[in-house]
Parts: sequence; C-alpha cells; structure tokens
Amino acid sequence: MTILHETRPTVATAVVEIEHDGRWKPVCGYADLLPGRGVAVLLGAEQVALFRDRAGLLYAVGNTDPFSGSAVISRGIMGSRGAAPVVASPMYKQAFDLRTGECLDEAATPDGSPARLGVWPVRVVS
Amino acid sequence: MVKKDLVLIGHGMVGQRFLEAFLAQDGAAWDWRVTVLAEEPRPAYDRVHLTSWFSGTSAEELSLCPASFIDEHGIDLRLGDPAVAVDRDRRTVTTRSGQLLPYDALVLATGSYPFVPPVPGHDARGCHVYRTIEDLAGIKEAAATARVGAVVGGGLLGLEAAGALRAMELETHVVEFAPRLMAIQVDDGGGAVLRRKIEELGVIVHTGAGTQAVDVDDDGAVRTMQLSDGTELAADLVVFSAGVRPRDQLARDCGLSVGERGGITVDERCRTSDPHIWAIGECAQAADGRVYGLVGPGYAMAEAAALDLTGGAGSFTGGDTSTKLKLLGVDVASFGDAHGTTHGALDVLYTDSRAGVYKKLVIGADGALLGGVLVGDADAYSVLRPLAASGAELPAPPEQLLLPASVGAPGAGALPDEAVVCSCHNVSKAAIRAAVGEQGCTSVPEVKKCTKAGTGCGSCVKLMTGIVEEELAASGVEVARGICEHFTRTRAELYEIIRAKGITSFSRVLDEHGTGEGCDLCKPVVASILASLGSTYVLDGEQAGLQDTNDHFLANLQRNGSYSVVPRIPGGEITPDGLITIGRIARDFGLYTKITGGQRIDMFGASVDQLPLIWQRLVDAGFESGHAYGKALRTVKSCVGQTWCRYGVQDSVALAIELELRYRGLRSPHKLKAAVSGCARECAEAQSKDFGVIATAEGWNLYVGGNGGMTPRHADLLAADLDRESLIRTIDRFLMFYIRTADRLERTAPWIERLEGGLDHLRSVVLDDSLGICDDLDELMARHVGTYQDEWATTLADPDRVRRFVSFVNAPGVPDPTVRFVSERDQIRPARPAEGGRTLAPALVAGPELEVRTR
Ligand code: SRM
Ligand SMILES: Cc1cc2nc3c(=O)[nH]c(=O)nc-3n(C[C@H](O)[C@H](O)[C@H](O)COP(=O)(O)OP(=O)(O)OC[C@H]3O[C@@H](n4cnc5c(N)ncnc54)[C@H](O)[C@@H]3O)c2cc1C
Ligand code: SF4
Ligand code: FES
Repeated sequence: MTILHETRPTVATAVVEIEHDGRWKPVCGYADLLPGRGVAVLLGAEQVALFRDRAGLLYAVGNTDPFSGSAVISRGIMGSRGAAPVVASPMYKQAFDLRTGECLDEAATPDGSPARLGVWPVRVVS
Repeated sequence: MVKKDLVLIGHGMVGQRFLEAFLAQDGAAWDWRVTVLAEEPRPAYDRVHLTSWFSGTSAEELSLCPASFIDEHGIDLRLGDPAVAVDRDRRTVTTRSGQLLPYDALVLATGSYPFVPPVPGHDARGCHVYRTIEDLAGIKEAAATARVGAVVGGGLLGLEAAGALRAMELETHVVEFAPRLMAIQVDDGGGAVLRRKIEELGVIVHTGAGTQAVDVDDDGAVRTMQLSDGTELAADLVVFSAGVRPRDQLARDCGLSVGERGGITVDERCRTSDPHIWAIGECAQAADGRVYGLVGPGYAMAEAAALDLTGGAGSFTGGDTSTKLKLLGVDVASFGDAHGTTHGALDVLYTDSRAGVYKKLVIGADGALLGGVLVGDADAYSVLRPLAASGAELPAPPEQLLLPASVGAPGAGALPDEAVVCSCHNVSKAAIRAAVGEQGCTSVPEVKKCTKAGTGCGSCVKLMTGIVEEELAASGVEVARGICEHFTRTRAELYEIIRAKGITSFSRVLDEHGTGEGCDLCKPVVASILASLGSTYVLDGEQAGLQDTNDHFLANLQRNGSYSVVPRIPGGEITPDGLITIGRIARDFGLYTKITGGQRIDMFGASVDQLPLIWQRLVDAGFESGHAYGKALRTVKSCVGQTWCRYGVQDSVALAIELELRYRGLRSPHKLKAAVSGCARECAEAQSKDFGVIATAEGWNLYVGGNGGMTPRHADLLAADLDRESLIRTIDRFLMFYIRTADRLERTAPWIERLEGGLDHLRSVVLDDSLGICDDLDELMARHVGTYQDEWATTLADPDRVRRFVSFVNAPGVPDPTVRFVSERDQIRPARPAEGGRTLAPALVAGPELEVRTR
C-alpha cells in the first residue's frame, strides 16, 4: 500500500521518506521532485520509482519494467486512466496503476510472470 | 482450346478500366486473346489530372497502366498504331501500319476530340488544343517564348487551361461565348461570383464574346485574335477548349448507327447496332440518349460491357454529371439539376458577396433535394451531391444546409445506403460500409484500395472518411477522433486552440479543454505543439514533465535502459578532426559506435549520469544535438554532388547543410527526414523523404510526402525548377502547414494521402496562398529560425538543468547496476538476460572499464 500524505507540504525543506525493511529512509527533498515526473531511488539492491503528481501527491513503485526487464519505470510519463493515476513504461508503453502497481494493459508478461510492480509506503516529513 | 479474339480500339481511361474489369472476370483470360490498339505513344494515363503535368507530375506518374499489368495478362498492346478501318462482314480491323486483325468481339473506346471552331487562322502556329500529354508539351514549349495567352472557352477545361497559363506567368485571357463562365454548370448568380474569383487570380475574362478570327504574322504565327464584341486581343498563344465531340468516325465509316449529334449509339449493355461490337466512354451515346464527357459514366459503361462480354449482367442507363473544379484555387461545384429545370422546383439561395460565396440549392415540389450550385465554398458538395442523387429526404431545412460549414453542414449519416458516394468509380455508401463491416478494412486507405472509391478526382474522400469512421464506430472499433481519453480534440484542433489563445502551459490546455491528468499520448503532443509555436527550451518548468523519456534526457533510450548519443552532422559532411573527436569521446566513455542509416554516427551505451559529460565534450568541440530523440528534424542526407561527382549539376551538399541548419530543432507531429540529390541519379534517395530535393540544370525539384519505414511511399513532385529562394520558401510553408494540420504521429506521407484535394490543394496553399495563411506560416518559420538554440548547450550552461541527469536521486554518480554489457566484435553490447556482463565505469571516471579483445 502507498501512504499518501494528507496535507501539502509547504516548506522547501520537506524530505521524502520511503519505508524499506521496516524502516523509513529519507531519499530526497520534496522540492527535488518535478510535478508529473519520477526519479529512481536505490534502496540496497532494490530500485524504486518515486513520482509526484500535479496535485502534489507521491507514489512509490518498483522501478523494473516487467516487460523489458530494464529499470526504467521512473522515466515514464505520469497521467491518469479513468480514475486511476498511472505511469506509462517508456519502453513498450504499458500503463501501471501507481496505487497498486498493477498493469492495466496486460495481465502477464510474455514469459508468463504476473505484470505488476511492487509498491512502497512513502511519506513526507517536514 | 482455341481462344477468341477481342480487339479494343483506344487505350484511354475508359479502355483501361474495361481491360481491368474484363480480365477480373473468371476465365476471361483463358477464353480470350486481347489486342489493344492505341493511337497515343503511351499506355492509358490519367487525363482527369492532366493539368498536373504542368506542375511537375510526370507522364509515368499519371500512368494508369503499369507494365506489369500488360505482361501479366499477356495483352498485345500496340502503341502508336491506331485503327483506320473496320470490316464488319469479315470481322477485321485494319491498323495504320497496315496490319489486319480478326476479331470475335470489338470494343470501341476512342474517346473524344477537342472541338475547334472553324474560324480563319484556327490552325495557325501557336494554336493548341488541350487533351493529351503531347498537347500540353506543345503548349509548354510555346509558352516559354509567348507573352499573352488566350483560352477559347470558359468551361471547366478552359478554366483549367487558363490556370495553367497563369501559372506559366502568361498574361491570360478567357474568351467565352455564353454570358457567363462555366455556363453548363453554374447559373447567373454563381457565374458572377465565379468571374470575380477568377479575375482576382489575374485572368482577364471576356464573356458574351465569340472568336471571329485568328490573325497571323508574316511567319504564319498567331499575332492577334478578333472577338465578336469588337475587341482585338494581342495574343501569341491560343488554346481552344470549346467543347469535345465524340470520335465516332470509324463507326460511321463502317455503317454503325450513331446519334443525331454524334456518338455511337449503344443499349444499356453498351452493345452497338452490331452484336459483335461494343462502344464505351466518350465516343458512345448511352442508352439514355446522352453523350457523357466525364470519366465516371465512362467507367460504369466499361464495367457494363465487361460483364456483358463474359456472360454477366451489367447495365448502364445514365450517370451523374456533377462536377467540381480542381484547379485555380477556386471552389466551384455543381450537381444534379443545377438549373432547376424540373417542374415545380424552387431555389434556396445563400450569398455573401464580400466573402465571395454563392450557394444555391434546387428543391423539388416534394421537398427533396434536386441539385445545386456552390461557388466560393464547396465543402458541402461531397454530401449534397449523393444526397441529391439518392432522392432521399433532406436531413435538415435547406437554409441550414447552405450556412457556412461549421454551422449546419450535414454529415455522412444523412445519406441513405444506396447513395453513390464516389461518382468516379460508382461506389455506393453501402459498398463502403461493407468494406469496413464485411471485408474488415479499418482505415480510409484500406477502403480506397478495396473499393477504388476516392482514387479518381478525390472529391469524395472527405465524405468517405466520415462513413468509414461511423462504420468503424458502429462495429465497436474505437475511432475516437480525439488524441486520447483526456482530449476529444485532434492534434490539429489543439494546435489551433493553443495558437489562437496563446496558451503556454499544459495545465491550462488540460483545464480548459481536457479532463483527468493527461497521459503518455496527449502530453508529448501538447509539448510538441508548445515547442513548435514557441521554440523555447523544451525542458523548462512544467514542459519537462510532458516529454517522452527520450526528450526528457535529450537522448534515445535503448533496450537495457542505457542511452544513445547522436550529434548533428549536417548533410553528412564531417571533417577528419570531427571524426577523430567523436572517436576519442566514444573511446573514452567506452561507447559502442555505429554509422546510422541517416549519415551520421551514433554512440550507444551511455548511462544517464554520463550524458552531460559526453555532451560537454561534444559541445566544446562544436557539435550540437542531432535531435535523434525528438519528433523533429532528423537528418538532411546528401549526395556528394557537383563538387566532386562527374554527373552532379548543383551543389547538393551545400544545400543539404543549409536546410539541415535551417530546420534543426523544429518540433513536428512526427519526425522529419530530408535529402538532397545532385542530379536525377538520386543517390541521396530524396524521393523517400518527407521532403526531398533533386537538382536539375535549371534549379531544384521539390518532392514531398516520401517515406521509408514500414509503409514506404514515393514522394510527389510539388514543384519543379525552383531557385534556391523559392525552394526554401516553399519548404518553409510545406513544413509549417504540415505541423499545423497533421494528426499525432502522422508523417507527411499519410498526411498528404489524407489531405482533402490532395497534392493540388497542397500546391494551391503553399504556392498560391489559397488559404491566405502563408504570411503566418512564413512568420512562424522565421521565428523558429531566429530563436533556435542547441538544447544541449543550453542544458549544460545551467547547473540546475544538469542536476536531473542522475541515475538515482539518492545516489548520484552510481551507475544503474542492472545495466550490464559484454564485448562483441571489439565493442560493447547489452548483456542478454542469462549473460551476466559488467556495468560500465562510474560516470565521473572517464575511460573504458570493460576489457576489449583486440585482434
Ligand atoms: C539508429 C538508426 C538505425 C541505424 O543504426 O542506422 C535508427 C534507429 C531507430 N529507429 Fe529508425 N533509425 C535510423 C534510421 C532510419 C531510417 C533511414 C533514414 O533515416 O534514412 C528509416 C527509414 C526512413 C523513414 O523514416 O522514412 C527509419 C525508420 C524508422 C521507423 C519507421 C518510420 C515510419 O514512418 O514507418 C521507426 C518507428 C517510428 O518512428 O515510429 C524508427 C525508429 C527508430 C528507433 C527510434 C526505435 C526506438 O524506438 O528505439 C531507433 C532508435 C534510435 C536510437 O536509439 O538512436 N525508424 N529509421 C538510424 C538513425 C538515423 C539517424 O542518424 O538519425
Ligand atoms: C484536362 C482535362 C480535365 C478533365 N477533368 C475531368 C474531371 O475532373 N472529371 C471527369 O469526370 N472528367 C474529366 N475529364 C474528362 C475525362 O478525361 C474523360 O471523360 C475520359 O478521359 C474519357 O475516357 P475515354 O477512354 O472515353 O477517352 P480518352 O481518355 O480520350 O481515350 C480515348 C483514347 O482512344 C484513342 N483513340 C482514338 N481513336 C483511336 C483509333 N482509331 N485507334 C486507336 N486509338 C484511338 C485516343 O488517342 C485516346 O487515347 C477531363 C479531361 C481533360 C482533357
Ligand atoms: S530497423 Fe528496427 S531494429 Fe533496426 S534500428 Fe530501426 S527500429 Fe531498430
Ligand atoms: S468522386 Fe471522384 S474519386 Fe470519388
């Protein structure tokens, strides 16, 4: 599940944290994030794609695109599909629901594994 | 089995169509040996678009009959050997070269000849007719030294001819016997508006005036023309376009029955008075007693005869004589009972003299649409014509049908199934629907291929598009015209909105014209429109969020998540030092290098963190972005040209470089590619490019709408023998018009195919400014050229902008551990899933980390 912060941080010094191995880890300044765009975060051996939408909400999902096997999800374009906030993989353009990590275009990758991204809890601390 | 002999006399448009329809019948090729006698020196060609020969369409391009067609079907085609006599008793045809051909069936498709009034001097040197490619070649040659041209006849063809003379920069007169232009088609009101429009184009119109004599000088060349109203015209070139007469002499000589005013009489199956002889096209008088001067009815006759000959049941009982003027940048159309001759018919009129628009609908006593005249705005023609022909009820009050297009024009839905949508090929709405519903076509080009609709004069394409879309929607295929779920508008509409309102942000476009949050379809589209209108740096502020990953990092994403780097190498010309610089950089960063298909060098395998470092070195050495990542100008390829090549006639390299520098960075609906060849051998493959230039002895030929890739298309010649300045001006306008009106990811090739009015329309927009937008287009291009900046230089100059180039926001400088390479043929390549491989050096350390095997 992704925890969304309720109030919009106003301070330029606000810090974004992602929960990893049961601990909140600071990863970057809130102001480092461009609305509508993502960045990649390295947490141990894992890669997380962190996004900020136009309204200021944050999402953290797995960075590895299950269709190409490349760590590129953070470089995709954000948007919406119906009510779902999504990111489109820049490789072959499948859309993933940022709240659940689920792929909205195909249920499985060509090799049969489920097409979904992991999700990480994310929060902002001032 | 002994084959029967079929002889076809005349290989014109209708003759060719007959062959196609005949040979498509089962067994026809088995049962018959086909011989074709042609008077002209070349196989059938598109006479309807004859005038485009002047603007550069070649005879080959006009051809309707590929050599393969003749070969495949084993047709004995005899060019330049016309029939001179028919012996009906012996059933033989004699040709001019003296051959005697027996026949079991004879088909006459000899067309018409232009009528030349027998005034004194009508055959003087300088007098021409307008029917064949040879006629046009003669006119072109004469026009080179002539100053004043006069066209006798102000009908459809006469005005086409006048347009051609104007285009060759002759002072041009049109002499029409009737009190108005296009007397057969339009009424007085329409004629007045038409006259004003034609005069605005610089043509001098004389109506109500007959040609009394052509006077010649001492050398026997045309000098002046005497008109019945007393005018003496100092003309040195005369084109007679005063109507056509059926070529029925052959038939008369052998005693076939002909109509009172000419034309071989035939029944509905196109049989003449001799059961072994058929007649089709303009030489025949159809079962309804009329001689048709249009290709649509001719095609229908060809099909009827083909069916009759092969035991099928075809018939032609009458056709549509609706017409639309194709040239001169004037919209004129008339259809059905345009003059209201039906008993009890009423007119409904709309005129706007200031805008030069005149529209009349003729409504029957029962309220059905009978016909009409449209001058100045003929948009509704494609729907109104079939509506009138079908006799169906009007979908809206007639007044409403006449209002300017945006207000009340009826759509395709208003038409009944049996309405003939394409009159050139006699294709009904039902047939178009079936092509989609039953034959599985999913696009207009497919439907064109399958039904032939829209491949004649092209005036029905817009309507056809409407029907195809409706049908696709009905069969559940998604055809939302909008870009995506967030916008119901097309790219072209958004472009106009953004331009008109001066919008500069995606948020505002979305808030005012869209829904939701946008997506990977609409965001790059808006980004591209903002960039082509503003030419500002594409990664500032909110615009950064809109770009595809390639534009976002100003590099091309590769399969393993690494990027490629392509510096611009204008025209493909590069110095040894330039090559060494690129080689050094690639070596220092351990990149894979390859010569691309676009005449430049691509370096692969860079990580996001390395991009600014690589580019800093490139920019320092004078290179700039090649925009390999953008929907923008890619390359202008060149051949070596006159400077070195022994055949070159112009400096193609210099021009290619100039064009590439002019259009670099220009954002567009899809990528743009170009090329310049130094002579007709075409080593730069310019005819496969979005715009291609080929040098001629006199200047440059400009081709547009070419495409390689998945759906290759040869480019069309837009204009010939341009000087450098007009060439560049024309390309400027072509590009800006494309950028303004194309769909998302629509390259110039499909765009041109889709463009209503096709190439002629494009020509009239960019060469004759028929839409009055050229000043705008020129200004937009001037702005682009004036504000261009190298995106990489701009990026590197600002540390804030460089900061985004990190693999990990919390670990800058650490390369992505999943991007791994192995070596192959002395360079790196991405590791395959099972291969392991090694990551490249941390970005800050330059130098290859990977061991490379040396041979
Ligand atoms: C690098 C290159 C192949 C090479 O090693 O030679 C190449 C590589 C790619 N081409 Fe290409 N094309 C390259 C020349 C061509 C050419 C030849 C030419 O330009 O003369 C063509 C045919 C000509 C044409 O476009 O009409 C060509 C037709 C395509 C197409 C099909 C376009 C079409 O209209 O059907 C695509 C797909 C697309 O754009 O949607 C494509 C797409 C691509 C993409 C962008 C595919 C992708 O999404 O990764 C490749 C990425 C390039 C990169 O990473 O740098 N590439 N591609 C060539 C780069 C030329 C350059 O210097 O910029
Ligand atoms: C400039 C121009 C513009 C036009 N625009 C339009 C338009 O917009 N819409 C439209 O519907 N129509 C248009 N037309 C008319 C259209 O071209 C004709 O209706 C069509 O070509 C008729 O076809 P056809 O085969 O009957 O005659 P043609 O195409 O004239 O073919 C007849 C052929 O028979 C040959 N021939 C004649 N006698 C002999 C013989 N004894 N032996 C061997 N060969 C012989 C002739 O040389 C000719 O090649 C236009 C015509 C012209 C000239
Ligand atoms: S042809 Fe296909 S594989 Fe080759 S470069 Fe072009 S897009 Fe890539
Ligand atoms: S009406 Fe001429 S092409 Fe269809």
